[in-house]
Amino acid sequence: MIEVQGLTRRFGPITAVDGISFSARKGDVLGFLGPNGAGKSTAMKILACFLAADSGTAKICGNDILQDPLAVRRSIGYLAENAPAYPEMTVAGFLRFVCDARRIKGAARVDALDRIIPLCSIDSVYHQTIDTLSKGYKRRLGLAQALIHDPQVLILDEPTDGLDPNQKHEVRRLIQQMAKEKCIIVSTHILEEVELVCNRTIIISRGRILADSTPSRLQQDYQGTLEEVFRKITVGKKSA
Amino acid sequence: MNGFCAVFKRELKGYFSTPVAYVFLVIFLFFAGYLPFRDGFFEMRQADLTLFFKALPLLFIFMVPAAAMRLWAEERKTGSIELLLTLPITIPQAVLGKFFAAWAFLTIAQLLTFPLPATVAYLGSPDPGLIAAGYLGAFLMAGGFLAIGSFFSALTKNQVISFILSVAACGILIYAGMPSTLEYLSASVSPALGKIMEALSFQARFDAIQRGVIAARDLAYFLILIAAWIYASTLVLEERKAN
Repeated sequence: MIEVQGLTRRFGPITAVDGISFSARKGDVLGFLGPNGAGKSTAMKILACFLAADSGTAKICGNDILQDPLAVRRSIGYLAENAPAYPEMTVAGFLRFVCDARRIKGAARVDALDRIIPLCSIDSVYHQTIDTLSKGYKRRLGLAQALIHDPQVLILDEPTDGLDPNQKHEVRRLIQQMAKEKCIIVSTHILEEVELVCNRTIIISRGRILADSTPSRLQQDYQGTLEEVFRKITVGKKSA
Repeated sequence: MNGFCAVFKRELKGYFSTPVAYVFLVIFLFFAGYLPFRDGFFEMRQADLTLFFKALPLLFIFMVPAAAMRLWAEERKTGSIELLLTLPITIPQAVLGKFFAAWAFLTIAQLLTFPLPATVAYLGSPDPGLIAAGYLGAFLMAGGFLAIGSFFSALTKNQVISFILSVAACGILIYAGMPSTLEYLSASVSPALGKIMEALSFQARFDAIQRGVIAARDLAYFLILIAAWIYASTLVLEERKAN
């Protein structure tokens, strides 16, 4: 469902993403791991067609991100870092706006809202303005926005960042629930999360892919916990 | 088209779901009433709105950039631009949706000045064609200023900077066409420069339209100006959205 080939993006002298390639199928929950500034978010922004790549390309559900970015955006659900939304809108108004933009109308809209509101547990804040929501609710609203059109591919940039342990558990449960039917990319720097929800791990540092394997294989290969593996791979490369 | 409609609806509602619209309307309508009266609206003993339309450019120099400054600067500051442009909405659709929503809002503000024409109609028998032409000129000028404001809002994350740059740009376009500026330029620099400035300025076009002369070239001036600044906004956004 996702085919990434040689994706590169520079910001001035800094190469944020340096020729990464990977692919993912339906049923994959792919954990993007890496230190801060490794290029995880940049790569996800390119896949969500927010940023343009300097070179390389990717195909999502058969659509090329350079040739048909609109079709790509239609087929994916994207949760950006910090789950941006419009603070002055109500949750209801915001979801209506997303439905408008995604052409979900009439009965389909009622169905989508009936499905998504309990799924993301946002019923209690449905008429509240987004400004007044806690971080956890904002993140869940971001997820609702990303899931409202039931996309085949989900790209979630640090979906559990800043949430309390219960909320983290909820979001992980949600990801696990959807895993079979979709192809999901999750970026995180919480290692236990990778062990819990991902069946594949890609470790990125300085814009390059340093490891692409399953969490358990990585632990076997490097003989240690995932945290030790992460340190060995990312710190080891930096000093080399 | 869906993207345009979604953005347009959200933006127009957005004005009224925050105090922005109400503060704007109260201040705008206060000055739209105050300025003509200061210049002797009743003392003129003429049943027309010349004084009102004369005061509008000055009012627009400040009020239109105030309505336009948040268009993109706020999206970029809060990061919601990343949400907006990862929905199936193209940049031109988003730019046009926001622009037309703000234009519709400014048109509502202008329509709410109806007590002035109503007063004039009650007291005398004004030329309705002239008043309609005046409003058409004001509508186009608001659109022109708004397109400039949209560009400067796309240029920066900071609403204050966007406001000041737009005020300066709109001010230049108005004051370059004032008779005193044109006389000075023609006399002390070169007559050709005076001609060029007059051709580029809003003022002469707006004056002509509000005198009731609706010439194709004046309409074209406003439409080209709006299209050019809107196009520039899309280019700047494409370039800077992620910065």
